[in-house]
Formats: sequence, structure tokens, C-alpha cells
Amino acid sequence: MRPDKIILEVKNLQVKRGGVSVLDISCLGVPEGKVLCLIGPNGAGKSSLLLALSCLLKSFQGEIIFRGKRIGSNYTVFEYRRNLAMVFQEPLLFDTTVFENVAAGLKIRSVKQDEVKRVVEEYLERFGIGHLANRSARKLSGGEAQRTSLARAFAIRPEIIFLDEPFSSLDPPTRESLMGDLELILRETKTTGIMATHDQMEALRLSDQIAVMNEGKIVQIGSPVEVMNHPVDEFIASFVGTETILAGRVIRRNAGTFSVSVAGRDIEAVGGAMPGESVILCIRPENVTVATGSSKEISSARNVFSGVVKKIIPSGAFYKVELDCGFPLVAYVTNHAREDLFMHEGMDLTASFKATAIHVIRKKLLTSSNG
Amino acid sequence: MDIIIEGIKQAFILLFSLDPEVLGITWLSLKVSGTATLISLLFGVSVGTVVALTQFPGRRIVVSLINTGMGLPPVVVGLFVTIFLWRNGPLGFMEILYTPAAIIIAQAVIATPIVMGISLAAIQNLPANLRLQILALGATRLQMVWILVKEARLPLLAAIMAGFGGVISEVGASIMVGGNIKGYTRVLTTATVMETSKGNFDIAMALGIILLLLAFFVNAVLTHIQQTERPR
Repeated sequence: MRPDKIILEVKNLQVKRGGVSVLDISCLGVPEGKVLCLIGPNGAGKSSLLLALSCLLKSFQGEIIFRGKRIGSNYTVFEYRRNLAMVFQEPLLFDTTVFENVAAGLKIRSVKQDEVKRVVEEYLERFGIGHLANRSARKLSGGEAQRTSLARAFAIRPEIIFLDEPFSSLDPPTRESLMGDLELILRETKTTGIMATHDQMEALRLSDQIAVMNEGKIVQIGSPVEVMNHPVDEFIASFVGTETILAGRVIRRNAGTFSVSVAGRDIEAVGGAMPGESVILCIRPENVTVATGSSKEISSARNVFSGVVKKIIPSGAFYKVELDCGFPLVAYVTNHAREDLFMHEGMDLTASFKATAIHVIRKKLLTSSNG
Repeated sequence: MDIIIEGIKQAFILLFSLDPEVLGITWLSLKVSGTATLISLLFGVSVGTVVALTQFPGRRIVVSLINTGMGLPPVVVGLFVTIFLWRNGPLGFMEILYTPAAIIIAQAVIATPIVMGISLAAIQNLPANLRLQILALGATRLQMVWILVKEARLPLLAAIMAGFGGVISEVGASIMVGGNIKGYTRVLTTATVMETSKGNFDIAMALGIILLLLAFFVNAVLTHIQQTERPR
């Protein structure tokens, strides 16, 4: 496969606020036509990175290169900004009609009136707000307002669109439908997108690439599958929803697998770790199955442990079951399964997970790659 | 009690007989205070906007100076404008003391900090990210400022009302720099003061009613613009 063309590149980007470093990115390349999601907790520097990339931050150090042109030298910030659009968490609409809002970017560019009308109507239609064209922007619901904001951004047909938590203040159904529309338009127009979010589901759905940020740095970047299933450290593992994170020591190597001692229990995992090595085991809750009784026959999985239910927590469509198997283990069960098993706190259960379902973080490798 | 009833009666006779002197005074008041308000808008909105949008050392002091200026006593303004325009004063060569121009200057000095302070607050109250959003839409700095001023137009109309209201009702500075010269620099407020001191309560009351009506009319027009221009 041909490597993607890089549309936006960042080198040695540093932002300090009051002498404290809030952003420190040594290198980042955004492939053209792809969607990059920045995920991380609040204060990780996601918004600062978006503002820096769109040259809206007052002061920063480093190079930003757009299509091979370095911004600030022979290519001005103003010229660069005309290629991009930005959508914030708040819709930030102007106090006028929906139509005029969507037309704002085009009018700023002195686009001819009939062309403005044509483009605005197209994008009003695309975002399903054609019927609101003459409504005051002050009289819109949250979802309608954010649709208007997105239509305004796309109407200038940007090469890159920056989205700073655009769905965070919307209720789940509104968020769901708007995300679907955004996904479709991003793919259709092949617009490069960079979106900050703290919601991993949003990131999984929209992105081609995920960059996990923490304390102003990008700590891991890769495809959604890579980041979700192979987090490089405990922070990312916990952030991307890996509920069970266990520290242990390799005690034995078998054919293709190895055994790890965790709190006196042996867990079998796949990989090439050496005896004596410290490792971290990450087990996603959806990969753990639970059953009643203690028979080994119930599962073909290598790792079967009996444990006690400590807590059952409703979690969306699932129930999160916290087990004590000598080590803490978290599993998801459906409501149906929970009723079938008469699950209650204090009950004995058998939990199993496959050796291949464990993601192993090798501490030695980590320290050597960081140093 | 008689004085009031008689006064009101006389006031309406003066009003509806379109007394040329009263009309002249009213027209001059409107002209002088209107011009002063326009000048204050020019300086007030531009400086207020710049201060609201920029960061510079000593900004806080500038902001508190502007806010203090909103309560500038007209007599103090009158005093300083008189000193400046006095025959031997720094601007004495202009020979405009005791002319309508002098009143316009004094009233503009009074209205400018009022307009400036309200504009400053209006622009500052816009969402912090709005500026970034406008720039991200590809606007030049000038386009950005223009869009921000449009966004703040409702409080800016309030600034006009406050500025005009402040100067049309002001008497201290007008009498000091204008001199209340009959048919030349006599405005509604100075005429009211004079007629009251002469004991002509009926005329004073007529002038007072006109002043109130004038202030009401101008504000009603501005309020109408402010409240109805929003799209449905």
C-alpha cells in the first residue's frame, strides 16, 4: 500500500504557559483525507494542540508545515487559515439567521452572492437544517446549533477541519445522529479531520488514527485497533477502557505462551517474554466470560479462575461485574445473562479468558524504548 | 398647587403654539447633544474595542480610568474646557468659548467615557472563543473587529442611549462653556435653570416637559431598533 500523503506536519512544537510546558510534540504528521482523533483526559493538551495546529495560539515554538510549505516563512498564517475550518464545543453562532451563519465564511472571502446562496443551501441540506434557514440562530436547540456550526465550517470547503469536542454538550441521541452525518460528510468530501474528544467511542467510530495525549505529549499514535488492543502503557490501557490491569512476573516459558504469576495465581499469555521479566497484563472486560459452577469444561480458554462477585454496576447496555479471583478482574455481562445466572454480590463464579485476549506490556521494553 | 396646574397649562400652550424661541432652543439642544454623541461614538467605540481586544501593560489602569470617566462630573468638565478655551488658554486662539461648538466639545468629553466603558464591557462579554472562531473562518483582523462590533450591537445601542441621555440632560458644563446666550447657546437645560431662577415656573415646566419628551422620543427610537431588528 502506498503511504498516505502528509498534508500537515508538525516539528518540535512547544507551548508554554506561565513557564509551564503545556504542549510538547516532537513530531506529528497528518495524512491527507484521513481523520485523526486526539483522545486524552481533560487538560491533556488536546485543545491547545488544535489551536496550535490552526495557528490560533498567540505564541508557540516549532514548525508547522502545510503541504510542504512552512507557515510563517514564505506562507503567511492568514493564507494558511483560509484553508481550514474550526468547530468548537460551543456552536459560537453569530446573532443572525441560520442562513447568514452558514454564509459567514463565504462572505468573508467575498464570494459572489449567487454562489453563496448555492453553497449555503447545499450545506444546509446536507446537515438537515434547510427548514431552519431563516430562523434566528439564538432560537435553535443544542443539536441544531451545532449542525449550523458544522455547516458553516464545511461551507468554506476547507482542506482541514479541526473539531474540538464538537459533541460534548449534546445529549446521546442527538450526538449519535450528528456523528453519523459528520462521518458521511468527512468521507464524501475527503476532508482531512483532526478531532479532539475524551470519548473513546467517538474516536473509534470516526478516526483512521488515534493519538492518545497526556500531559501535553502524544503518548501513543496508531490505528484504533492498535491503540485499543495494544496500549503501550498502563495509562493508555486504563484510558481506552481496559478495566483489568495486572502487574506480574514471568515464571515459565511454554511453547508459544508464557505463565505469569499474579498475586500467587498463574495466568497464561501469548508472547515472547522471558522468565524473571516484569510484565503488565491488560484484559478488556468484553473478553472475559463468566459462568456458574467451577467445572473446567465450560470453557476452552486457558485461563479459568473461580472468584467472588464484589460489585455489579449498570454500565449502559451491559453490567460491569467486578470479581475477586485473588486478583481483581472485571467482566461485562448482558442483562439477560445477569438474570439467567441470578447474579448477586457475594456469589461464587467462574471467570475465563483466552491467553490471546491478554495484551502484554513488557516493562523492560518500555523503559528501553523511552530511554 | 395652583402654580403646578397653571404651569402645566402654560407649558402646553407654549408647546402647541410652536413658540419660535422654544422651538429654536429645542432644535439647538438636539443638534448639540446629537453631534456630541456622534463624536463620542467615534472615539468611544473604537478605543473601547481596542482596549477590549488587546493585552498591554497597564491595561487594568486604563480600564479603571475609563470606568471612572463614566461618572465624570459635568461641572469639572465645564471648568477644564473653559480653561482650555479661555482667551489666554492653550486653545484660546480658536475663539470658540461661548459658542455651540464649545458646548459640543464639553458634552463630547462627558459622553465619550460613557460610550467607551459600555463598548469595552460589551466586546469583552462576547464568548472568548468567538474571536478564534471568526479568525478560523478566514477573517482579516479588520473583518474580525467588524463582526465583533456587529455581535455586540445591542449593548452598543445601549451605549448610545446612555451617552445621549447623559449629555442632553447635563446643565453644568453647557452653562459654563456656552454662557446661556439667548438665541445662540441657550439649550433646554440652561433655559430651564434660568427661567426657574427668574420664577417663570410655567415656561420652566414647558421646557422641562419638552426635555423629557425629547429624551423619551430618542430612546424610544433606539429601543425600537434594538428590540425589533432580531430575526424571528
